[in-house]
Amino acid sequence: MSTNVRGSSAAVKLIGLEKSFGSVKALDGLTIEIGPGELVALLGPSGCGKTTALRALAGLQNLDHGQIFVDEKDVTFLAPNRRNMGMVFQAYSLFPHMSALANVEYGLTLKAHKTSSDKRSARGKELLDLVGLSTHAKHYPHQLSGGQQQRVALARALAISPQVLLLDEPLSALDAKVRTQLRDEIRRIQLEVGTTTLFVTHDQEEALGIADRVGVMRGGILEQIAVPAELYDRPASAFVAEFVGLTNPIRGNVSAGFIEILGLRVPTLPGSISSGTGIALVRPESLKVEATTEANGKVFSASFLGASCRLTIDLSAGGRVVAQVPSSDAASLGAGASVKVAFRSTPVFVKAEQ
Amino acid sequence: MSVQNQSLGIKTWRRAIILFVAIYLLLPIAAMLDFSTKSLSGKRGLSSWRAIFQQPDLIAAVGVSLELAAIVVALVFFLVVPTVVWVHLKLPKLRRPIELICLLPLAIPGIVLVVGVASIYRWISIHVTESPLMLAAVYSMLVLPYTYRSLSAALNSVDIHTLAEASRTLGASTYRMLFGVVFPTIRSGVMSGAVIAIALVLGEYTISSILNFSTMQVEINLIGQTDGFVAVAISLASLIFVFLLLVVIPTTVNHRNEVLEAEHS
Ligand SMILES: Nc1ncnc2c1ncn2[C@@H]1O[C@H](COP(=O)(O)OP(=O)(O)OP(=O)(O)O)[C@@H](O)[C@H]1O
Ligand SMILES: [Mg+2]
Repeated sequence: MSTNVRGSSAAVKLIGLEKSFGSVKALDGLTIEIGPGELVALLGPSGCGKTTALRALAGLQNLDHGQIFVDEKDVTFLAPNRRNMGMVFQAYSLFPHMSALANVEYGLTLKAHKTSSDKRSARGKELLDLVGLSTHAKHYPHQLSGGQQQRVALARALAISPQVLLLDEPLSALDAKVRTQLRDEIRRIQLEVGTTTLFVTHDQEEALGIADRVGVMRGGILEQIAVPAELYDRPASAFVAEFVGLTNPIRGNVSAGFIEILGLRVPTLPGSISSGTGIALVRPESLKVEATTEANGKVFSASFLGASCRLTIDLSAGGRVVAQVPSSDAASLGAGASVKVAFRSTPVFVKAEQ
Repeated sequence: MSVQNQSLGIKTWRRAIILFVAIYLLLPIAAMLDFSTKSLSGKRGLSSWRAIFQQPDLIAAVGVSLELAAIVVALVFFLVVPTVVWVHLKLPKLRRPIELICLLPLAIPGIVLVVGVASIYRWISIHVTESPLMLAAVYSMLVLPYTYRSLSAALNSVDIHTLAEASRTLGASTYRMLFGVVFPTIRSGVMSGAVIAIALVLGEYTISSILNFSTMQVEINLIGQTDGFVAVAISLASLIFVFLLLVVIPTTVNHRNEVLEAEHS
């Protein structure tokens, strides 16, 4: 059945998008390129312009400046109903007077995607099947749970075989469990239909978990876009390092591309300061913790996370760091234990001292 | 067991309350029915009811009132609904001012309103037409607060903005968005607005009487001053008439829509 589910996928280019609301610059020269079939997540703090960017791509938001290309075609001034983009909104957006199936078929009843009624209902059922709701075709939105409504909304967006799929925090109204479940399902479906997708979220786990590449936005611009592992291991700015995942700020002297921390010379990442005293932003996994006599710290608290264990350690030199170690190594590292904190020599980002 | 007892208790209470309200509402109606079937001679009969149909002025006035109701409802459909929807969707800044304007008729006492519009109507009846249908203009103003409220409630109860945008991204033109998504979504609000408008127009007395237009309520009042039995019969008849109108219209409309939807799926 899934053979003809596959939709089209297009390359998307957003170039220098600018949009101000009064004195607020929601977009300040945003440039992103998305490859065909790629799932890019846009991550960023509240108010950084993610929704505005997505709505601009959908044609629901006009721009002050900038251009939008879909498959080399300039769509900057195209009306939203001519852009062929499926969108799933943060708010529940199913048409309340239509059944789930009628909602999914809606796009196909319109001139833009007009389909004969047989084909339409076949396609509608196929998509409900894809999102696992074939038994709920006759249900009305008020008879569906939040998660089910968002699934139907996804099916509805995909029914028109969009060139681009746009998701604006579609999971934020759902509870944690449904959320992870639906998140993985969105990825499965996206891979199955192969549609180019822009996924907006402020939940980094969500972004890192399903995206091919993650773009981090701040103040209307793109700070960095990279595959999840690179974003995490090689942040291009202090903002990205601190926004994505946990970091320990550790002070040290920087010179010639290295920083001295915890008695070790560690390479710095591009974009770091090049000399003077700086603050290394160290991931909890990069810290090694051993129980020895030549201790330089004391475990303040330990929390068990399953496969790993998170230790909060007071350094004797002052300051407190958080380390994440495999649970198997953490047996002897309870609160109060004297430990030696060392460093795996992975490159770190170093920001200037304030 | 105790749960059952409890729900039994609630049920009894519910029935008692409904019974009480029913008696409270129906007793005067029963009394009207009783009175209207009597006559001065003390004999029972339907002579007063028959007399209703021998009042040509009344029949004409009922016609006028119905026409007025139809015009006002049409104005609500074609002017108020689009305006309110447009303001909600496109001009959120104008929402407060529009709301204020629409609620204004509530704040102005009817009599003041009449004095205000009387001179305009005098001018109209001299220079344009003497038709009582001109009352539709002032009536559509009168019904504004109620129709606006019910529409705005319907629009606020769903995220109309997102629904509209969803339909746009799926390929709907503005026309298809409005008629396929927005209006059906707020149908109940539009219907209740229309029903209130009809009830208001059919029940209005002050303005039409002062402006000297012969509408249903004005005629009923006139007859009441000459023959008490007929007046009560007419009052009751008009009550039943309006009730039927208000019950029948929405149910037939809803039924028609359900049929359409069934055909669609
Ligand atoms: N229609 C509008 N009118 C005025 N200001 C707006 C409008 N839409 C967005 N803004 C402003 O533009 C900025 C960016 O908004 P946007 O909705 O794009 O943020 P976001 O990244 O999606 O945030 P969130 O994670 O909270 O959804 C915000 O400061 C917001 O207040
Ligand atoms: Mg947003």
